Amino acid sequence: MKAAVVVFPGSNCDRDLAVAFEQAGFDVSMVWHKDSVLPEGIDIVGVPGGFSYGDYLRCGAIAAQSPICQAVVEHANRGGYAMGVCNGFQILTETGVLPGALLRNAGLKYICRTVDLQVATADSVFTQGYAKGDVIGIPIAHHDGNYFADADTLAALKDQDRIAFTYGDNPNGSVDDIAGILSENRRVLGMMPHPERAADDGHGGTDGTAVFRALAGILAPA
Amino acid sequence: MKARVHVMLKNGVLDPQGEAVRHALGAMGFDKVEGVRQGKVIDLDLAAGATEADVTEMCEKLLANTVIESYSIEMN
Repeated sequence: MKAAVVVFPGSNCDRDLAVAFEQAGFDVSMVWHKDSVLPEGIDIVGVPGGFSYGDYLRCGAIAAQSPICQAVVEHANRGGYAMGVCNGFQILTETGVLPGALLRNAGLKYICRTVDLQVATADSVFTQGYAKGDVIGIPIAHHDGNYFADADTLAALKDQDRIAFTYGDNPNGSVDDIAGILSENRRVLGMMPHPERAADDGHGGTDGTAVFRALAGILAPA
Repeated sequence: MKARVHVMLKNGVLDPQGEAVRHALGAMGFDKVEGVRQGKVIDLDLAAGATEADVTEMCEKLLANTVIESYSIEMN
């Protein structure tokens, strides 16, 4: 099993994401933003958190135009697996791979703490390690995590069971408490909370481990 | 040739920064402010021959996120 983690100038969760993949059994390659192709034979691409390009213009906007992101979009369009965490979620919305956008937190403050998330669907490779309705503790660390989508998009997300996680106590004003969503083919996950920061006993919690273990279980060669 | 692009959050999209400015103005005694929306102004220096259509394409692809933002262009 092979995973690639994209590194932008300003990424700061790239190593954490790589370690979480490694601990689940993946071989991980780090891919630089100027690369225009992903490594051969990868099973999943991780787009990490951080402040790519200093969050200039809009969070994720410049990264979404980088050469490697064009490759990530093509990978997703071919039906490849991808997950974007925090800034990675912002980037995936900016590329159009995932719908909606992330606005400034309603309370205007940067928030860094562990929050309760509810698993809204177990029907995806990312969430099948949980049961629907499970409450898990996952850290958030963001200033622009206020998920917004228009009414039609929200209706589609609900009708197609594509809301992956919701906040127990909405910290940032996200519409319908949305913390993470899936693509239409359920192979791309974007979420503001950081499962890779709850994936080791040293982190103070391991509720995020199930995401990476479930991926490893699905993507392992038969 | 120059172009000025105004980017604003769409009507109906909450603008918490604009709201914070409105509160601050109210607290300072400016009691006639009923609403504040905060946006961006982007000035472009363009080579001769650039058209408004070029700038529109830039807005659609990068300068604005049309999921949440609207834009207007002044060419001069």
